[in-house]
Amino acid sequence: MNLIPNVIFAVLLVVAVGIFTKNIRQIIANIQLGKSTDRTDQKSARWRNMARIALGQSKMVRRPVAGILHVVVYLGFILINIELLEIIVDGLLGTHRVFAPYLGSFYNFLIGSFEVLAFLVLVSVIVFWLRRNVLRIQRFWKAEMKGWPKLDADLILYFEIILMGLFLSMNATDALLQQLGAVHYQQAGYFPVSQYLMPLFDNLSESTLIVLERTFWWSHIIGIFIFLNYLYYSKHLHILLAFPNTFYANLMPKGAFRNNATVTQEVKLMLDPNADPYAAPTTEAEPDKFGASDVMDLNWVQLMNAYTCTECGRCTSVCPANQTGKKLSPRKIMMDTRDRLTEVGNQQRKKTGLSDGKQLLDDYISREELWACTSCNACTEACPVDIDPLSIIMDMRQYLVMEQSAAPSDLNAMMSNIENNGAPWPFNNQDRLLWAQEN
Amino acid sequence: MVVPTLAEMNARGEKPEVLFWVGCAGSFDDRAKKITKAFVKILQKAEVSFAVLGTEESCSGDPAKRAGNEFLFQMQAMSNIEVLNAYEVTQIVTTCPHCFNTLKNEYPELGGNYQVMHHTQLLKKLVRAGKLRVEGDTFRGKRITFHDPCYLGRANSVYEAPRELLKKLDAELVEMRNCKSNGLCCGAGGAQMFKEPEAGNKDINIERTEQALEVQPDIIAAACPFCNTMMTDGVKNKEKEDLLPVKDIAELIAEAEDL
Repeated sequence: MNLIPNVIFAVLLVVAVGIFTKNIRQIIANIQLGKSTDRTDQKSARWRNMARIALGQSKMVRRPVAGILHVVVYLGFILINIELLEIIVDGLLGTHRVFAPYLGSFYNFLIGSFEVLAFLVLVSVIVFWLRRNVLRIQRFWKAEMKGWPKLDADLILYFEIILMGLFLSMNATDALLQQLGAVHYQQAGYFPVSQYLMPLFDNLSESTLIVLERTFWWSHIIGIFIFLNYLYYSKHLHILLAFPNTFYANLMPKGAFRNNATVTQEVKLMLDPNADPYAAPTTEAEPDKFGASDVMDLNWVQLMNAYTCTECGRCTSVCPANQTGKKLSPRKIMMDTRDRLTEVGNQQRKKTGLSDGKQLLDDYISREELWACTSCNACTEACPVDIDPLSIIMDMRQYLVMEQSAAPSDLNAMMSNIENNGAPWPFNNQDRLLWAQEN
Repeated sequence: MVVPTLAEMNARGEKPEVLFWVGCAGSFDDRAKKITKAFVKILQKAEVSFAVLGTEESCSGDPAKRAGNEFLFQMQAMSNIEVLNAYEVTQIVTTCPHCFNTLKNEYPELGGNYQVMHHTQLLKKLVRAGKLRVEGDTFRGKRITFHDPCYLGRANSVYEAPRELLKKLDAELVEMRNCKSNGLCCGAGGAQMFKEPEAGNKDINIERTEQALEVQPDIIAAACPFCNTMMTDGVKNKEKEDLLPVKDIAELIAEAEDL
């Protein structure tokens, strides 16, 4: 018995899963560079959120065309992976369609459904490509999509087209070999879609068909291994991270912005008449800096958000600032955070440590973008996986104002009014009730 | 008009059911003061036991917080909470969605726990309880479109209370292309009210006003003093200020009731 293919398969499998695991560990390590934030409360509400939004795609279908096509691709992806299990067992044991004898006619039903799904996925992915490249839907052509993000999006579609094509071709040649009664090709499966590909391979000899079938089979599985490892370099990580991201999402009303705990301590001390201003500082190290100027100042959920973003641009398309031509794009906030985080993670793993002298503020995200936000929450409402660009904008504003006193001058005037007379405008607080005397 | 303050009532040993948090715009801004007065008239008509803080009120801290000045926000919040707790306030109503959101969502963690209502929520309650009757004649058949304030709608999921009140006016409620959770911001939130917008090709309030004009309303209804200013400016920019009034829901009800 020739064991070489089995060994090659096992090696490929181990290498592919090994590299993938290493990359995922790096992403987890990068996310852990963020500050802690407690999201372990309301467990059942969190499970429900995940079930509804990630598993149930409830926010995806708010835009019905893209939403329904996405559900097709998503279902196809999950269900066709059952077939992947068989392919892996076959590859390791040198069997062919190992599940068929155990499942009987149910096996035929499964293969038939996978074929239909594969076809629907193929159609959906082609429509996706047309939306991006022929209809040129605006959100796919914004400034931040130039270069790699655009190519990345197209590559993912090409990958899926090729994988589905290989899957169906593999079945078509397999079915023909079954008809010819080739050794090793047991009668199994039902091929409602690939039967239409069979004429392409008509009149070929058994040995040619076997070569083709094996080529398709190997290309398909190797393609999947490559795609698995492509995830790390692409925006496509949402297929995994959408689940934890919706689980750990903010469950508070959208208008409730987190209160900065470091500030609370300071303010309490200031307002407490019994506090001893000369008291020796507690054992704590120097106080945290206020707000965020780099990714390490953000919390881990915000960093996970950044890796989860798949750059669909629904946030940007509903952003009032972006709609009226301002520089702000919530999607870019997430992409910048992710790119900076990857950069910081890579540097920290080197001996030299963080040494590029850059930071998220100014080198990635400009002040102009941050000050254009109206905090209207349209972006967080639109995100199909509950990403929160607004919280990052607010944390960075906090850094600008509290660490750098770098607010726009109009805002400084507003803030000094609040400080001096308890209103954002220069009115005397004693006049607060004058309206009652007016007509 | 006679508006009792908490200090006066406290001196008489009385306690109102609800505190009307007027807000800075409602206290000082000429346009917003009209909303304040309309709301007070309704409260008095419905015989609601209420009081205001008067000179003891101070900015909720919302614009400071959205501008990034967490320090100033928490200073404001904690001193306001001290006042509110000293008077043992339990219920607050406000005509400003920004005050509403901050008091409701951001004060509890700092020690301020109150039942906070937007004025449209309280008005809805009064109507349902039969304490406030809204007769439709003035606005019968008028096309009214409602602009959802971000801090009432998306921020706190209050979409129905203002609409229910508008329907009571017997008016024809016409929805804009972007409404409810898809509502477009007026451009004032996030402390933008107090600064010049960043460079772009249009102001946000103009975009929103154009959306409103698309549905050809007779009236634009608002529920936030800042949205009101932004939409009024937008309508002026389109030179339609004589044809298309921008009114708070409280004003519409007061007008319908001839208050």
